[in-house]
Amino acid sequence: MQDEIANSLKGHKADYVEIRLEESKATRIIYRGDRLEEIGRTSSEGGNARALVRGGWGFVSFNNVNKLREKVGLAVNQARIVGKEDSKFSPAKPLTDVVTAKTKKNPMTVPLALKKKLFDEYNDIILSTPKIQTSNIGYNDSQRKITFANSEGTYIEQTKIDISLRLAAIASEDGQVQQIGLSLGSQGDFSAIEGLQEQVKQMAQRAVRLLSAPLAKGGEYTVVLDPVLAGVFAHEAFGHLSEADHVYENKRLQDIMVLGRKFGNKYLNIVDGAAVPGLRGSYKYDDEGIPATKTYLIREGILESRLHSRETAAKMGEKPTGNARAINYLFPPIVRMTNTYIEAGTLSFEDIISDIKEGIYAKDWYGGTTSLEMFTFSAAEAYMIRNGKIAELLRPVMLSGNVFVTLGNIDAIGNDLQMNQGGGCGKREQSPLPVSNGSPHIRIRRCLVGGS
Amino acid sequence: MEDILSQAKKVAEQAEVFQISTKVTPIHFEANRLKQIQDKESTRTALRLIKGGKVGFAQASGFIESRALIEMAVETCQFGMPAKFNFPNPKVYPKIDTFDLQIDAVTIDDMVELGEQIIATIKQHTSGILCESAITRGIASVHIINSEGGETSYKKSFFSLSFEGVLINDEDMLFVGDSHSSCHPILDFRPIAEEVIKQLELAKRNVSISTKPMPVIFTPHGVASSLIAPLVSAFNGKLVFDGASPLKGKLGEQVFDKDFSLWDDATLPYQVASYPCDDEGVPSQRTPLVDQGVVSHFIYDLQTAALANTQSTGNGSRYGGLPTPSPSSLVIGKGDASFWDMVRDIKEGLAIELLIGAEQGNILNGDFSGNVLLGYKIENGEITGRVKDTMAAGNVYQVLKQLEAIGNDTRWVEGFLLTPCLYCSSLSVASKAG
Repeated sequence: MQDEIANSLKGHKADYVEIRLEESKATRIIYRGDRLEEIGRTSSEGGNARALVRGGWGFVSFNNVNKLREKVGLAVNQARIVGKEDSKFSPAKPLTDVVTAKTKKNPMTVPLALKKKLFDEYNDIILSTPKIQTSNIGYNDSQRKITFANSEGTYIEQTKIDISLRLAAIASEDGQVQQIGLSLGSQGDFSAIEGLQEQVKQMAQRAVRLLSAPLAKGGEYTVVLDPVLAGVFAHEAFGHLSEADHVYENKRLQDIMVLGRKFGNKYLNIVDGAAVPGLRGSYKYDDEGIPATKTYLIREGILESRLHSRETAAKMGEKPTGNARAINYLFPPIVRMTNTYIEAGTLSFEDIISDIKEGIYAKDWYGGTTSLEMFTFSAAEAYMIRNGKIAELLRPVMLSGNVFVTLGNIDAIGNDLQMNQGGGCGKREQSPLPVSNGSPHIRIRRCLVGGS
Repeated sequence: MEDILSQAKKVAEQAEVFQISTKVTPIHFEANRLKQIQDKESTRTALRLIKGGKVGFAQASGFIESRALIEMAVETCQFGMPAKFNFPNPKVYPKIDTFDLQIDAVTIDDMVELGEQIIATIKQHTSGILCESAITRGIASVHIINSEGGETSYKKSFFSLSFEGVLINDEDMLFVGDSHSSCHPILDFRPIAEEVIKQLELAKRNVSISTKPMPVIFTPHGVASSLIAPLVSAFNGKLVFDGASPLKGKLGEQVFDKDFSLWDDATLPYQVASYPCDDEGVPSQRTPLVDQGVVSHFIYDLQTAALANTQSTGNGSRYGGLPTPSPSSLVIGKGDASFWDMVRDIKEGLAIELLIGAEQGNILNGDFSGNVLLGYKIENGEITGRVKDTMAAGNVYQVLKQLEAIGNDTRWVEGFLLTPCLYCSSLSVASKAG
């Protein structure tokens, strides 16, 4: 196969061509209330060819992996229609490698019966909690083997195993419905989602407590974020803006996002990197065959670098960072985050909240989104802070900010960095891509909170 | 498919094979110029079994041996949910127009020209804007056969044109956009260009707004981005059955404004969300969900309908797994006020064009809260400019319980929602001071 792929890439009238083939297997299990509603297995085989001609791209995806040369040819023809300038594409050394998945407890070898037994147990814990109306559990695992080759002579095979689990407890009383969720994930270790009985129990109890909790009053607050929500904040508020595909063709945004610009205080460091090992966004090579890196987006409050594909890096005169990722063979790689986090500072949680007269402590996440400038992220759990102490429970809150202001309003960073592996990121039509986010506790002054 | 079915029948009481093949050609404009042409072909085959009274499921994209697919499905059967339904026997399907032969006559050059025209038109209005556009042409073929003799197939053509523009001034970003989709080829870019230019005109100036409850108009895009996600979950028969919908037990009750009507309609000709049968071979229909404020129906697939002791509404949709209730096209009935009538009625208020993040709160309870990415301030009956750093929050049931007015004009947004503007008397608005 390797020779056939190599031959089908030769001799095209293009600046660059590549082939990516994928074979995958997946399992999905869904519970709703006491019903195991769906248990299914899927398999997938397909691939794509991508071509660059004079700055224009052609992309062809297919299920039938025969006649690869014709498919590359079609992508080249499309690219020729598009291309009207010189191609800019960062140089890369040809390399050959085979990367196998490292697993502690491979989910592919865990029998369905054992998976079901575990989720039955979690589900029983949720449903046996008084005032819980129903539950949702969604489990997915997948194993993908990706073969990548390009016209420069690179040939890489990578196998990746991903696990995700989302549990939700839904409480109901007098026409009110409240819910709390718990999201976890792992790169290939099923034991990461075992032994959660105590967490699941607390989650269900919190959902019930929300029924009698008041809504926050809308307005500006001093807000303390827990590591999970602060990780989502780092991802939404700054991570997306660091993706160079938003910037590379946008002169005005380049002026704003100039390297060396001050975005935060000197103790603020934000990192993204697939080379950080053992996390859901970790890998050895991205989907353009570029080795993974660890990139400081912000170091000591200053914009230091951004996330690149080969094209965005070349156009901006910077180095590729190995962040070109595709969710599967149906899509071309685009610039994506991997493992994104705020580095630990020195403060304890008590240091952070002790001098807050009135504020909000926001924990855990429902979701987040960004328009680059404006972003929102929602907490699943929130409390008022009064006179330096955690006070009453609130209904879930939605927080919002403006990236150019809010990062500068972070004035305290905790010493308790934690990574959350339960996230999935969506961009263009590609969702959910395995990523992880993390942070220590952080404090933000004057953060906008939606409410009554 | 026949081979899979005949082999599957030997190992299970009932079996169903679903196959969808698509051929899609999207072209993308980035930074005002053509960037990429794509061509995507895919085939997905799904097998559903009822064996030992339980449902098993397996699916393959691309090639798979019949035997391998059947083995995967059989393995899941022992753990599957008890089947409460039978696969449909032969049915008479409504004739729904979802295919226009003209789609094949649209060339790549035509699509490129369409993108160039819309970008040129918007840039002529606002020269500094950076434009993205996607134009997509596609065909999908669906084929379903089952062991009860049921068989159906149909073809759908689809075409979409979307536009997004960003205007950056220092650190101020303005996002505008619109999209349109149809089973017919879209040859006229002007309706989208007019909508985008309207947005640019209304957002010319940034103005500040107070933090307090105030009257709010949701434009059609505003309705889609603020109110629809909670409604979609509330009318899902599965969530109603589970008690996770606040509308459980409310059938026949007046929950919404007496002028508010909502229905699901898979039978509208040449709409991209229309179909003659759903993804499990149930004939499509128009289902009233809210009739003059009264909750009149929920949407169902076969299994959920059986659990709830009712009939499927032909809303079984597959998103990579088993069929699950999902709306086709949602339609909100029109009223008698124009958008500008509503604006003239407001002393101080907000018109919401796009709320981001609203679907990320507790939508089960009907709560929504988000950042007003595009919204206009209304002062003394006039739009005075665009608001920023502003959040709007509320509850769908409170908003729709009493509407001040409903628009007399409807438009399609996001390919599946036909809605007028909705005007509510009070919504919580929070804005960053200074």
